[in-house]
Parts: sequence; structure tokens; C-alpha cells
Amino acid sequence: MIHNEMSRRRLLGLGLGLGAAASLTLAGCGGDDDAGPAAGNGGKDYTGPKVDLKLWNGFTGGDGDIFKTLVNQFNTEHQNIAVSVATYQWEDYYNKLPGAASSGNGPDIAVMHMDQLATFAARGVITELDDVAKTLELSEGDFAPTVWKGGLYNDKRYGIPLDMHPLGFYYNKSVMQKAGLDPNKPPTTREEYTAALTELKKSGVQGFWVSPFQFTGGMTFYSLLHQWGGSVFDAEAKNATFNSDQAVEACTWLTDMVKQGFSPANVGQDADYLAFKSGKNAFNWNGIWQINDLKKSSEIQWGVAPLPQIGSQQAAWANSHNFTIVKGRANDANKVSASKVFINWLSEHSLDWAKGGQVPARKTVREDAGFKALAEVNALAPELEYAAFPPAAPGLGEVMTTFYNSFNEAALGKKSPKQALDDGVAKANKQLEDNRKKYGS
Amino acid sequence: MADVIEVGAARGDAPPPAADPAGRGARANRTGRATPYLFLAPYLILFGVFGLLPIVLGLWLSVHQWDFQLPNRPFVGLDNYKDLFSSDSAVYGDWWQSVRATAIFTLFSVPLLVVLPLGLALLLNRSFPGRTFFRAVYFAPYVLGVAVIGLLWRFLLDANLGLVNRLAGLVGLPADTPWVTSTPWAWVSLVGVTVWWTSGFNAVIYLAGLQDIPQELYEAAKVDGATAWERFRHVTLPGLRPVMLFVITTTVLASANVFGQSFLITQGAPGTETRTVVWFIVEEGLRDNDAGRAAAMSIVFALMLAVVSIANFRLFRYRED
Repeated sequence: MIHNEMSRRRLLGLGLGLGAAASLTLAGCGGDDDAGPAAGNGGKDYTGPKVDLKLWNGFTGGDGDIFKTLVNQFNTEHQNIAVSVATYQWEDYYNKLPGAASSGNGPDIAVMHMDQLATFAARGVITELDDVAKTLELSEGDFAPTVWKGGLYNDKRYGIPLDMHPLGFYYNKSVMQKAGLDPNKPPTTREEYTAALTELKKSGVQGFWVSPFQFTGGMTFYSLLHQWGGSVFDAEAKNATFNSDQAVEACTWLTDMVKQGFSPANVGQDADYLAFKSGKNAFNWNGIWQINDLKKSSEIQWGVAPLPQIGSQQAAWANSHNFTIVKGRANDANKVSASKVFINWLSEHSLDWAKGGQVPARKTVREDAGFKALAEVNALAPELEYAAFPPAAPGLGEVMTTFYNSFNEAALGKKSPKQALDDGVAKANKQLEDNRKKYGS
Repeated sequence: MADVIEVGAARGDAPPPAADPAGRGARANRTGRATPYLFLAPYLILFGVFGLLPIVLGLWLSVHQWDFQLPNRPFVGLDNYKDLFSSDSAVYGDWWQSVRATAIFTLFSVPLLVVLPLGLALLLNRSFPGRTFFRAVYFAPYVLGVAVIGLLWRFLLDANLGLVNRLAGLVGLPADTPWVTSTPWAWVSLVGVTVWWTSGFNAVIYLAGLQDIPQELYEAAKVDGATAWERFRHVTLPGLRPVMLFVITTTVLASANVFGQSFLITQGAPGTETRTVVWFIVEEGLRDNDAGRAAAMSIVFALMLAVVSIANFRLFRYRED
């Protein structure tokens, strides 16, 4: 299957390569001339001839419609730039992008998660954007520092952050009320959390279903591990450290939820969230993207707050959507400068994007009164201070899968937390070594 | 299948026309020799481009560390293969676990998928009111895509919220069976769902085979006083042999290629115990961008399947003698 795919891509590449070569020679006339308008000025404006830009993203939910509305608005405001959007499932999208880009069939702009940037940068799919940041005078001060630094790989900028989406703490108000808890005072500390769960248990509710899968149990563990002061990798992402004492303690706290009867065993994929929606449990640690889904179901009384502090410090899993420019077409100077204009424009208009259920990365937008009015999304904005983003190293995706799989074994009681995490680290370290060989860092 | 082979063999062995005068005969012979190849050419070209070429490319990939996006794709000799067999490599554990998962699944699903559809076909071959309706009902699940049946059963089998455990509880069975998160239950679920899903297809093949068995044979057997079992044993089964070979071969291959069911229903849980070979190859090649390693795995896996298929053909040829 893989081989077929490759050979077809090759064939495609041949055909499209010829076309691309033809258009390059045409574009070359304007592109070489640095003084001309076509050279671009890092995204301030674009005055060249009309260009068509292709943009790929993975916004398959309600966020996709909001994104398209924004793009339409951009297109009406910019007569000489026409952006067309294609949406794929994230998973397919990341598999498809490199092949499409190298055959010249890829997009000009690609939206990407922060933890994918390093891999795609190392594999030469996306291009550096330092000049965009410079010309637009974007700096760390305009964004949350954690999000801003996440766009870097080898000290070069590859992504302009659009938003950040952390894990939040959802609570079912009616279930809390039935158990005699104050629905407007969700627990914020470990003591309060355990006390609330004990009350819920008394009323016959297993309050906090611990999912063994990445969504949402794995991300919950990721957050707790950082709350205990641990980390998944060491600072250079050379060694896996998720079997530290802190990590084992955090994992044990979670798996004990089952032992203490606060969670049923063998929670299935999505079962934790479905149970939350149908009032079978009270607390769910889930992504900010669920806000819009919950808003749609009017029968449930719910609230959302930053994650309670269970460990010694505050921390929350988070990721971020970034704009990148794809290298395959980077030779066309007009397209590149038009892409930069688009990225800057959308970054400035990310308040509308916040309505899709994401915290805008740009500070000015977060301080806007319009954002403050988005009560639920705004409730999670404080998490930006201590959000634990994945580190920037190429090929980390498979190592993170190993991390989540070890948690799965511990959560399902197949291995003790210590054993599961030790085994996971042993494998992760081999994978990291393979990656170093492959990407040569 | 057997028919095709016989026809091909008869052509190849056909002796040239005996008493031809030298000159004219040679020319006729030459065009005659080219004819079969001309007829085969359209398929041969397709087979060459989409069958042989990818195999050769796969072999070539498997001796490289190959990421088509990186400029540096070093030749690594047999390292990708050695990694699969040396216990200190990063993929050794995952690879053999996926082989084990696939073997377990194949071992339990194939007998069921060979025997149950046969019974089904025998029933559906009788004449009774509503026969067409039942034929359609049993075939129906097969037309659904794996995504549909995967999601459907994941929710039905959920340990805490699913309908299956709820019904089990109502009739006094344990209501907390972890159908999709713990072995051996996960295997029961995967095999059960697959049998439900694909039995209809095998049953249709059997049904076609059953209708090819001449009615006279049954009548003759009846006249000779054969019981229903004896008629099944000595008329039906021998009559179905070529069909059976086809069903077993395709079912073994289909089961060994299992991917969607475990990807969607168990998601590999617990840990990676139910992650199958094809899934792991896809992950290695497309997600982790190591096409070389994925190619090596594909080739080793293809060899394993070849051995199974050869054994299968041997078994049936032996019986024919």
C-alpha cells in the first residue's frame, strides 16, 4: 500500500512538476527583482498582481465554519488575494501534507499544531518566518511567552501562533447540587477535589471517570505530571523522564481514583464525556473545544474552570494552532508575501476565532472587551500562564504515543504505574535515539 | 480459480500444428506465439506498474533509511530487517506484539468465518418463504464500511455505558465485562464483530458453490440410501472443494490484514496488545515517516502469509489425490 502510494505520488509529481516549472519561470521575472512590489515586505501589505492561495487545515468541527467566514471576509477586503480553504481530518492531513508539498500539489499556507512544527521544519516541508515576525514587529510581548517560544525550532521561527487550546475542568452543576455541593464553587485544590468526590460517592455518583485513552485520560495525566513538577522529557528532549518519582505519584493518584471507587474501571473512549453529558459523573477534564458542543445541549447545567491544583503547582496540558508557509511553493515571491499578509490579518482578527472555542494567542485580542464577553473561553485564559506545551523536537509524535500507551496500561490495571512508566521510558529512549540518528541532532 | 489455471495450462501445452511446410509454418508459428502475450499485455502492464514495480521498490526501500522528505536517505543494508529480530531495537517489542495480535485474531476468526457461513449457506439454500429476505439480511452488514461498524460496536460494547452489558445485566449475567479494554474480552469482541460483519460475504460464495452441485448427485445418493449427513459429507463437501479453497485463502488473507476493527473498536488497548501488523506498518511508514522500516516489515509479513498460503494449497491438493 505504501509503495503504491509512493509511486503514484511520484507520477503525480512528474506531471505537476512540469507545470510548476513552467509557472516558476514566469514568476521568476518579478521575483528576482528585489525592489519590485513582488518581493514582499513581510506581510504588511501586498500590492502585486492577483494571486490565488491554497490553505489547508484540520478544522472539521464547528470551528471550520468560523474559519471559513473569516477567510471570506479577508477575500472581500483584499481584491488581489484569493484564499481557498481545504479541510481534512488532522491525522490524514499530516500524512498527506509532505507528499503533496514535495510534488508541488500542496497548499501555500498550512495550519499546524505546535508539536508538529519541529517535525515538519526538520523534514523541510515548511519555511522560516523570522522576517514576518520582524516586519510585523511581533514579539514575545504580543503573545503568551510559552506559545510564542513554541513556534521556534533551532532558534528559527516556523509558526505564527493563532490560538491556544488547553485542557479545562468541566463540572456538571446539577449533579453537584444533587450531592449537596455548591455548584458555583467547583473544587480548586486536592483536598477540595477529594472531598467533593467523597460527597458525590455518597450520593451514588462516581464523580470523575478516568479514561485510559489519550483523549482525555492521557492529557489529564500529562497535566498532573507537570503539576507534580515532573516532565515528559528532559530540557533538550534527549531522554524521556516520565518515570520520575513525580510522574509515578501523579499516575498513582489517577489510578487510585478507580481503587477508591471515584471512577469505574475500563472507561471506554469518549465514555467519560458522554457520561458527563448525561449526568452520570460530575467532573471531566477535557479540551476547551468541548465548550461549543456543551453549549448546544441546553438540558445540561455545566460550568468550566481552570484545572484544580492537585500537585505542588498549577499546570495544564495545552497545544496551539500555528500558521506556517509551505516550502514547495516558497519560490513564488508573490504568493509568499500574500500569504504573510493573510497570516497577519487573521492573527489580528482572532477574536472571531475565539468564538470557535479557542483562546487567542495575541495579547491585544485577549485584552479586548469582546473576548472578555466570551465567558467560558475566557475562564480558561488564565491557564496560559502555566500551560505545559509539548517540546519542540522532530519525530516526537511516536514517542508521545508511547507515553500515552504506558498510561493506558497503568489506567487499565495491566501494570503498576511504576512498571508501566518504566517500560514506556525504556522504549521512548530507544525511539528518541532513532530520531537523533534520523534527523541528525 | 481452478478453471482458469486449467485453461491456461492447456494453451501452453498445446502442441504446434504437426505437418506444416517449413516457410509458411514458421511465420504462422511466430504470430501464433505472440498471440497469447498480446492478449495478456493489457493486464501485464497494469500488473507490472501496480504489482511488480511496487514490490521491487519495496525491496529497495527496505534496505534504506527512507524518509522521502529528507535529503539524506542512507543505505543501511539489512539493518531494517535486523531491527525486527534483535531485542534491543526500538521496534522489536511492538513488531512482535503486533504479529502476535494478528496471529491470535486470524487463528480464531478464520475457522468461524469458514464454518458459520457454510451453515448459513446450507440454510439459505433450502426453499422456504422469505428466503430472499433472509439472504439479504445476512449479507447486509457486509455493505457497511469498517468506520460505521467500528464506531457502532465501540459504543454498543462500552463497559460502562454500552447496550451489550446492559442487556447482559438484565438477564443476570455480569454487567461489567470489559469488552474492549481488556483481553481476552477484546479478542472475543474483535472476532465476534468481524464474524457478524463478513459472514454474509462468505455465505454468498458458498451459496453460489452449492447451486453448482448437480441435483442428480443428491438424487442418486438418496436412491442409494444415503442419510442427510452422508449426502453432506460425500456430495456437498467434495463439490465445494474449490470454493472452500477460495474461501479459506481469501479469509486467511483478509483476517491477517485486519486493521480497522482494532483501530476503531479497541484502539489497541490494553496498551498495544490488540494493535495489528498492518496498523503498525501504516503507523511506522506514514506517521513516523520511516518507509524503509515499514517496507521491511511488509516484506517479512508478506513472506509469513506466503508460507501460510502455500501450506493451504498443499493441504487441498493432497486431498484431491
